[in-house]
Amino acid sequence: MAGVPNLADTPWLDPSSEPFIRLRGVTKKFGDFTAVNNVDLDIYKGELFCLLGGSGCGKSTLLRMLAGFEVPTSGRIMIDGVDMSDVPAYERPTNMMFQSYALFPHMTVEKNIAYGLKQEGVAKSEIADRVDEVLGLVELTDFTKRKPDQLSGGQRQRVALARALVKKPKLLLLDEPLGALDKRLREQTQFELMNIQDQVGITFVVVTHDQDEAMTLSTRIAVMDAGNFQQIGTPTEIYEFPESRFVADFIGNANMLDARVTEAGTDHVTVETALGTIRTEQGIQVQEGQKVYLALRPEKIHLAKAGDPVHEGNMQVTGHVEDIGYMGDMSVYKVLVNGETMIEVTAPNLTRPKQRSLAITWDEEVVLSWHSNSPVLLVR
Amino acid sequence: MSSVAADPMDPAPGPTQAGLGARISRQLQASWKLCVIAVPYAWMLIFFLLPFFIVFKISLAEPLIAAPPFSALFDLTEEGIVTIRIILDNFLFIFEDDLYIRTYLNSVKISTISTILCLLVGYPIAYGIVRSGEMARKLLLMAIILPFWTSFLLRVYAWMGLLADKGTINNLLISIGIIDEPIRMLYTDFAVYLGIVYTYLPFMVLPLYANLEKLDSSLNEAAADLGAKPIGIFFTVTLPLSIPGIVAGSLLVFIPATGEYVIPDLLGGGNVQMIGRVLYNEFHQNKDWPVASAVAIALLFLLVVPMMIYQRYQAKEAEKV
Ligand SMILES: Nc1ncnc2c1ncn2[C@@H]1O[C@H](COP(=O)(O)OP(=O)(O)OP(=O)(O)O)[C@@H](O)[C@H]1O
Ligand SMILES: [Mg+2]
Repeated sequence: MAGVPNLADTPWLDPSSEPFIRLRGVTKKFGDFTAVNNVDLDIYKGELFCLLGGSGCGKSTLLRMLAGFEVPTSGRIMIDGVDMSDVPAYERPTNMMFQSYALFPHMTVEKNIAYGLKQEGVAKSEIADRVDEVLGLVELTDFTKRKPDQLSGGQRQRVALARALVKKPKLLLLDEPLGALDKRLREQTQFELMNIQDQVGITFVVVTHDQDEAMTLSTRIAVMDAGNFQQIGTPTEIYEFPESRFVADFIGNANMLDARVTEAGTDHVTVETALGTIRTEQGIQVQEGQKVYLALRPEKIHLAKAGDPVHEGNMQVTGHVEDIGYMGDMSVYKVLVNGETMIEVTAPNLTRPKQRSLAITWDEEVVLSWHSNSPVLLVR
Repeated sequence: MSSVAADPMDPAPGPTQAGLGARISRQLQASWKLCVIAVPYAWMLIFFLLPFFIVFKISLAEPLIAAPPFSALFDLTEEGIVTIRIILDNFLFIFEDDLYIRTYLNSVKISTISTILCLLVGYPIAYGIVRSGEMARKLLLMAIILPFWTSFLLRVYAWMGLLADKGTINNLLISIGIIDEPIRMLYTDFAVYLGIVYTYLPFMVLPLYANLEKLDSSLNEAAADLGAKPIGIFFTVTLPLSIPGIVAGSLLVFIPATGEYVIPDLLGGGNVQMIGRVLYNEFHQNKDWPVASAVAIALLFLLVVPMMIYQRYQAKEAEKV
């Protein structure tokens, strides 16, 4: 992930590279209900692509269409250059980890994991080796002879993950793969997933509810809402350059303000908001008088006691601390500005307080300031 | 968080008002549970265990020409001594005369083959019903249950009419010109198998349906995802998971079919000897209640013992893991 970005790491920027998965106009309807709505998507080889979105927005349905369990109502799916319309699930180069795990209840952990290799006709000794290897990976070596109903939820999830991983398919589809794991095991498995992706060059499509997970794991994220893609981009793009209010709100937190354009320059836009006139260094296509929205992330606002020095050139407003949420590493402050607009600010707790109270407390007058590059203007 | 707050799970210090109420309701619940369990036990006792002991008692008696036609088990002599007369002759007798062993084995053979036939016919039916749409499923289930609404005896008579030498089927085949002579169907093994499979098929289909319907369809998807073809999925996933349904259906067919009397009598005539007929003859023609009872008891044990062995075996299998 780290390092200088080049075209090999970011194939989606390279117009000459062939996508591994290509979705064109894919729609899935259940009766009158549209679960996935006319979706176009390119995913490149070796990507770890995350689908992020609220419950019921169509993530699993999209994954199930890739795996071949649902037939698109219209549109085309290509995997590795092959049209998947007439390819049944058992012939697709994909393996899926089910949200419901779908473990075979009559088979032991070992047999569950070996099932796919057996279907492939892999030699017995090799099956045993590969099963052992993947069991070690998910830390289930002591549970090989158990049946699924003798396992805890997290253990079952790991069996499901192991069963999908062991075949090393070209495309791995994971539906909420780590949700039931504890923090340590989740981080470890995330790390392993990234490792596997690096080593074997498997392409992953991962569904998750967990933003942090999507942020740390993925090469790119698609944010879904009601069957549509709201935005597709790298974690940084999604977080720092959201294209809609939905994305800004869904990923992380944002203070959302109604705004009206007062000056539309080429390199800056000035808007009128409840906090007063705000200048943003952003060249977007807007006209004077247009109604837009301004999003400002809580951690991008600097909080200072009234009277303390503030960075020169920063926008600043004064407010009144209404509420503090202490979270250990940082605190969340709810600040009322102009007696009507509540602004959320997060600040790291950089030093240990001298007394058993924080430097800034309830009912204190504070100054909020931010760099003019920080606010994001959104037209939808 | 304050640790002083009362934890509702904590054993309260002393019986508070609420604690007493909870205890009473718990007691009520316990006695209710007892009631619920007691009903089936009472049922079993009155309608199964008691009659069983009566039959068992008769099987240890001597036949008499009297009413009832068997000797008493307990006798009170004039000196006030209770004598118990147990005659084991009846049991010995059924092992001496090979008629009983033969008919018993024949019954087991016929009911085993019928059970297998029922399974072979019933499984695809149950599978088909599970796979069909919601509307069709209801109709098909209805069609399976519908025959129960007419008398069993009537349906067997109907088969007699169909299968007889001058019956519907033969007449039809002759009139089309496929055959010249009627095919003998009634009063053959074939007619008995047909009758049993026809009659007991719903007992196979319904438990199988209940079992297959519960199977999680995502298991089939998972198997397909891992590269299994539809046939492979059936044998590695569906079939093993439907074993409980197969066992239940098979027992429901096998047990009554073994003791079946009406079908071998009406469709098999005198040619097909089954233990149910022998029992009937002992009771009504020979008027030998004790031997008949001994046959009934022996039949029961010969059926129950293999089942118990099977169940123990299953329990062990389940424990092994
Ligand atoms: N077989 C089906 N028949 C009818 N509606 C369906 C079916 N499968 C899914 N849906 C509907 O389609 C929508 C999308 O479902 P999907 O399972 O893709 O959601 P999801 O994004 O995976 O949600 P979650 O995060 O809760 O798993 C839901 O509203 C769901 O009710
Ligand atoms: Mg889902």
